Amino acid sequence: MVSYVLKRLGIAVLVAVTVSLITFSMIYLSGDPAVALAGETATEEDIEQIRRYYGYDRPILVQYADWLFRAVQGDFGQSHYLKKPVGDVIFERLPTTMMLGLCALIFALTLSIPLGVLAAIRPNSLIDRVALTIAVVGQAMPSFWFALTMMLWFGIYWRLLPITGSASWANFVMPSIALGYYITPGVMRLTRAGMMEVLSADYIRTARAKGLRPITVLFKHALRNAIIPVVSLAAVQFGFMLGGSIVIETIFAINGLGFLAWESIQRADLPMMQAIVLVLSIFYIVLTFLADMLNAWLDPRIRVA
Amino acid sequence: MAVVDTSAVDARAAQITEPSPGALLRRRIFGHAGLMIGVTVLAVIFLMALLAPWISPHDPFDQILDRKLIPPIWTDSPKATWVHPLGTDQLGRDYLSRLFWGARISLLIGFAAMLISGVIGTTIGVLAGYFGGKVDMVANFIITTRLSMPVVLVALAVVSMIGSSLTVVIWVLGLLIWDRFAVVMRSATMQVRNLDFVAAAQALGCSTPRIILTEILPNVANHLIVVATIEMAHAILLEAALSFLGLGVQPPEPSWGLMISEAKGLMFFDAWLIAIPGTALFLLVLSINLMGDGVRDVTAPDGRS
Repeated sequence: MVSYVLKRLGIAVLVAVTVSLITFSMIYLSGDPAVALAGETATEEDIEQIRRYYGYDRPILVQYADWLFRAVQGDFGQSHYLKKPVGDVIFERLPTTMMLGLCALIFALTLSIPLGVLAAIRPNSLIDRVALTIAVVGQAMPSFWFALTMMLWFGIYWRLLPITGSASWANFVMPSIALGYYITPGVMRLTRAGMMEVLSADYIRTARAKGLRPITVLFKHALRNAIIPVVSLAAVQFGFMLGGSIVIETIFAINGLGFLAWESIQRADLPMMQAIVLVLSIFYIVLTFLADMLNAWLDPRIRVA
Repeated sequence: MAVVDTSAVDARAAQITEPSPGALLRRRIFGHAGLMIGVTVLAVIFLMALLAPWISPHDPFDQILDRKLIPPIWTDSPKATWVHPLGTDQLGRDYLSRLFWGARISLLIGFAAMLISGVIGTTIGVLAGYFGGKVDMVANFIITTRLSMPVVLVALAVVSMIGSSLTVVIWVLGLLIWDRFAVVMRSATMQVRNLDFVAAAQALGCSTPRIILTEILPNVANHLIVVATIEMAHAILLEAALSFLGLGVQPPEPSWGLMISEAKGLMFFDAWLIAIPGTALFLLVLSINLMGDGVRDVTAPDGRS
């Protein structure tokens, strides 16, 4: 187990370093960042001054090493637009996005796991077909359009929920659904497949033959085993959702990391953009690492492979 | 004891032949409702895109300001007219014509981005699955690195820095969404590579490129088609999201995502402005997904139910 953990950890660190390198070199996509910052009317001297001020005159590798060294300590530099430390702004906004991501995950799991289980108990039944239809329809709906449509019905026609902002829990209902429904098909399909496999296993037959109550067999014996891959999928999807919340946060004007990313892109605030991409990537790497560990802990066969 | 003459029955039994594999495949294809619906809807949208210059009632860029915001014909509005069956937008442009031309953009971007990502992902996946060992490790590392970067955010940042155009959107999406191709092709190749016919080809002295192209690829083609449909749908949804956020296809091009974006300020008064392009987007992605699911069901060796 220890060697497995160390190996996984090594890979995770290596991936994080590679991601940081890609994120860092992203600012050179637009050519010279100093020219981009200075604007169209800048003189040669202005550009030179900006270059020196932000340290763009140093060799790229030195800049990268310096940036990475500071980033590891939580210092992502100054925001070009807000003139505040990037790290502070990010940690100010992060809880909102986490909250949104968690609500979306809870919504997705409470919808998809029961549906997946029911579909597995009665394959090809009405409920199985309903579940399948939800999955197919859910995957085809553009999330921003779904969000706007919900706004129209729940916010304007029926006046049930507030449309924008992040002041109360009611503000999080629609965004959570809009963000969470996208991962329900995957989770539901995995739950259904896992349950169907487990339900045909010998130990379930034994448990039933012993005369245990069907409910006990279903929850204590079957679901416990079928849920393992679902947990790791959910962890990975949570990482995806944080990255994808940019669209939803922009629509609902929720003051989280996604909205910050959107603002930074609009303002060409390079240090902020770099830091957000890096933070979200690291978050995803940590989540997949934890999911791997959980799987290895629950299923010893993975550790030796 | 009566002797029963069975020769007539035997002769007739001999006439009943087994249906050929081709006939069985045709029967499975035409018996699959989802596949048929998907192919039909996709064909209609494809024809709309192909014939857009000839079937559009008006020029999609033509702004007639005294004819703006005419509602579609199914509304009770006295302004609704058969001259503009789907109405006009806030600049007086015919919505039906823009819908037809928008189909071109969605299909073009979806198909081109899918081709680019397919080439990258299939190359990585097949090489990793065929050679295994160190090659597999490197491929896995590249895939993990790619997966940990948030797609929407990176796409938005990159497009904002190098400037948006149709070509840029295609390339950015194509270079970002190859991960599923790589993952699926890798495991499919691993399964095929240990089969006897590959060993036979190796024993015959076939070159490695030849084995990969003529022995491996044809046998993983069904997986390739399924992933291709998923990624084409994915690319279409991403393009719509980018255009919706203003960093995809640029005005005045009639992208469906952009049409929703342009109309979102008016959607509380004229909901059809976002309902029409949104439904078109939904139907397109749904039909592609149904086709992919259908191909998977029809080509699955065991699941011939």
